[in-house]
Amino acid sequence: MHFFIGNFGHLFVIVSFVTSLVAAFAYWKSFHATDELKKEGWKKNGRAAFYLHGIAVLAIVFALFYIIFNHYFEYHYAYSHSSLHLQGQYMVACFWESQEGSFLLWMFWQAVLGVIMIHTRQAWEAPVMIVFALVQAFLASMILGVVLPAIDFKLGSSPFILLRDALSDPIFKVNPEFIPKDGHGLNPLLQNYWMVIHPPTLFLGFALTLPPFAFCIAGLWQKKYSEWIKPALPWALVGGAILGLGILMGGYWAYETLSFGGYWNWDPVENAVYVPWLVLIASIHVMLTYNNSGSALKASIILNIAVFILILYSTFLTRSGILGDASVHSFTDLGLSGQLLIYLLFFTAISLALAFARWKNIPSTQKEISTYSREFWVFLGATVLCLMGFQVLLPTSIPVYNKFIGLFGVHSNLAPPANQIEFYSKFQLWFGVAVAVISGTGQFFWWKKMDKNKLKSELLVPVLVSLVLFALIIAIGKISNPTYVVLTLAGVYLIVSNLNVLYTVVRVNPKISGGAIAHIGVGMMLIGILFSAGYSKIVSLNNSGLILNKGMGTDFNRDNLLLFINEPKTMAGYEIEYRSENLELRSKSGYVRKNDIVPTTDPYKVVATKDIVYKGKKLYSSKDTFDIYPENTYYEIEMRRNGKVEATLYPRIQMNPGMGGFMASPDIKRNLGQDIYTSVSATMNREDDPHWEKPEEFKVKIGQQFFVNDYVSVLEEVKRVDQVEGVELTGEDVAVKAKIKIEGEHEPFYAEPIFLIVNKKEVGRIPAEINDLGIRIALLNIDPQTNEFTIGTAIRQKDWVVIKAVEKPLINVLWIGTLVLMVGFGMATVRRFKDFIN
Amino acid sequence: MKISHIIAIVVIAAAIGIIIATAGDASTYVNFDQAYQMASSGNSTQIHVVGELKKDAAGHVVGLEPGADKLSFSFVLVDDNKKEQTVYYNEPMPADFLRSEKVVVIGGYQNDQFVAKKILLKCPSKYQDQKLVTR
Repeated sequence: MHFFIGNFGHLFVIVSFVTSLVAAFAYWKSFHATDELKKEGWKKNGRAAFYLHGIAVLAIVFALFYIIFNHYFEYHYAYSHSSLHLQGQYMVACFWESQEGSFLLWMFWQAVLGVIMIHTRQAWEAPVMIVFALVQAFLASMILGVVLPAIDFKLGSSPFILLRDALSDPIFKVNPEFIPKDGHGLNPLLQNYWMVIHPPTLFLGFALTLPPFAFCIAGLWQKKYSEWIKPALPWALVGGAILGLGILMGGYWAYETLSFGGYWNWDPVENAVYVPWLVLIASIHVMLTYNNSGSALKASIILNIAVFILILYSTFLTRSGILGDASVHSFTDLGLSGQLLIYLLFFTAISLALAFARWKNIPSTQKEISTYSREFWVFLGATVLCLMGFQVLLPTSIPVYNKFIGLFGVHSNLAPPANQIEFYSKFQLWFGVAVAVISGTGQFFWWKKMDKNKLKSELLVPVLVSLVLFALIIAIGKISNPTYVVLTLAGVYLIVSNLNVLYTVVRVNPKISGGAIAHIGVGMMLIGILFSAGYSKIVSLNNSGLILNKGMGTDFNRDNLLLFINEPKTMAGYEIEYRSENLELRSKSGYVRKNDIVPTTDPYKVVATKDIVYKGKKLYSSKDTFDIYPENTYYEIEMRRNGKVEATLYPRIQMNPGMGGFMASPDIKRNLGQDIYTSVSATMNREDDPHWEKPEEFKVKIGQQFFVNDYVSVLEEVKRVDQVEGVELTGEDVAVKAKIKIEGEHEPFYAEPIFLIVNKKEVGRIPAEINDLGIRIALLNIDPQTNEFTIGTAIRQKDWVVIKAVEKPLINVLWIGTLVLMVGFGMATVRRFKDFIN
Repeated sequence: MKISHIIAIVVIAAAIGIIIATAGDASTYVNFDQAYQMASSGNSTQIHVVGELKKDAAGHVVGLEPGADKLSFSFVLVDDNKKEQTVYYNEPMPADFLRSEKVVVIGGYQNDQFVAKKILLKCPSKYQDQKLVTR
């Protein structure tokens, strides 16, 4: 038992909590001290406390990694998230698989940002760091794992809890020193590089919403109502980029690996980060306007506060267990809901109280804004973004509403909309149109002073170009749905008008073109989303013509396709054929067919029964022993067009009883114009004994042909063998092995059944099975007089797999648009950061 | 009227519109009897029913019937009023299905048969399985 490292970690959790409170207190003292000397002194104390806090956070991170990397399974965290076979990068990933680790990740980023703040914001250090330290204190309390003695209340859930304290297994009564040999392992579905990079990105995005909030609060507190915007802006821009990137990474991960069917499902967990991001984008826009024209200060303050509160609200939603039945992938409840609620309410209350108290003194422009001003367009855009977020937030909060009115004894049975995707899409689509039109037009006002006539001449060319492009797309894409027609036009207009602006701006100064580039990215994303979602088509339609359940009507049994091994079917203009079950190689890249290997006692090692060739390259020779990943089975699906193999897909299934059975990951055939997305939806159960039928007997001589289940077969040779696996042969026993060649669809197979005579009279038969063909062959008898051999055959249902395939057109436009958006954000951030430094 | 007032009015109208639309599109949690009544009175909106899988005395799930083509399946769900109902689902059996503590089916009655369009599962935490391997 390694008690030290756990105690070490837990101690530093407490240290991090205490130091963050000390830092907040010291900075508070410094802030309120009137004497310059005292101010400086307290500031130094605060700084020291925050540095200590940072060191403590690093120590906690170190301790948790140490436990995971050294496989200390006496700790609950290592036992339930790691295992001996886990690779290094996934041991990093299991750090943040659970709530405690992800709180820690969040704390880590904010500690880093806090240190940067100390070094860059000397003048505002005290008030900004008070906010930072308080937020850190709340986060540290979540992983504190301390029981308050007086009220018997458990504060936080510690990641350093011992397994014996976490589980009440009887083994610990017998042997408290018991340590499991191996851990539970990281959910194999999460063993993916996205699990390594998506959470840190997302939590960095979360953390980056803190600096603008802290500046805003500090500004209000000090009655410096406008000075906070300049330093807050670059942070907000980085935050917008990173949080957006984190969200889209999650979407891409879901698309590529998790078989949720698409990149976005309007699940409450997804919505919970989407809403703060929209409001963050709105806040960036109003802050930019303030920077340029001095208006929209109040809006900047409200939106900045809203972003941070929404981040806390989203944390509450996903971690308190309140979503319960409503979400498929929220965290499990750790009993922190009370603490999370206090965290949310604390910052909501102080920021709103502060804003309210200062409201009258916040300067605002009395001048009515003109429709020809950029302020008007930006304000309009920000309003649409906020409404867009509101529309998502409202239904997502239904479980909270139910709980809330439940407190007053009213029972509410309100449930989220039954078809979430349809429900959200029908609103968000029109918001998308509004965003496109406003940001397409707004760009013209951003750069130039406009009036009616000038606007007409400026808009003429982009509108005409958009219309031509739009007509082309409509004609080629055969779009008839009126809503999609409008969205296409709006998206094209957004791209064209911003290209126009980009062309003008680049000639003046390329460094300020970030905004135009970002908007082009948004336009591309809108077009990509429209086509990939609106025109996504299930191509695995069941064309067997069978209606299997008459009561259900015609739409039953239509989305999935049953493929028998080596039996081609047509789908989406391709001839597709299920070829084999495969395992992934561990030390080389590629797959190996399960029929070409035999297992060993080590589940991670197998022996080849023939040369292993993958993509024309020989990877292993027959009888080689090599490493594989046992958890995943890959179904080789060949897609051919005109007899030529266009792609071989390997959608994946994980059979993992410990983690909940059957988990599918798709494989994607990527074309320029569209993706074909294939996933396995059902497989055969190999644990049941197969049902052998149609027994037949053949009397054949060497070299004679016969037919098994319509396959041409030849008895090639029969010879005596000295060794038979699993049977001990003594002096007078006889063992004979037949070699029968069966011509399969693609290649010949060899069956080698064995016939035995033991103790001179007992006859034994060891049949051979050809998995690929669903055939069992036995050597039943030998007639030495006629030189004839009796062969017995039986067949079973062939191997099969059920797949679902979806075609998603133009999805690459979405991904490219995302990258363009990120480039735009990057350029804008660099520019605003330089502004702020000068 | 000032333009900002017009915008304010439009925004408020839009917000109210969103609230009404959400209330209108929101589904409800009901039991099978209520769902049946809704369907027989011509209300075809999809509803949520929360229940548990039917189990025998030994705790094994019973009433599970895979479709002959393996592309669909049906199961028996027991709602909070202990009413049993066979539910048809037009997809292969989801992962985790047999391990779920609670099943939420979203769908409705069609010709006296309950057809689920979507199934949500509430599983005992995947990550903190309480079974310890002691060998």
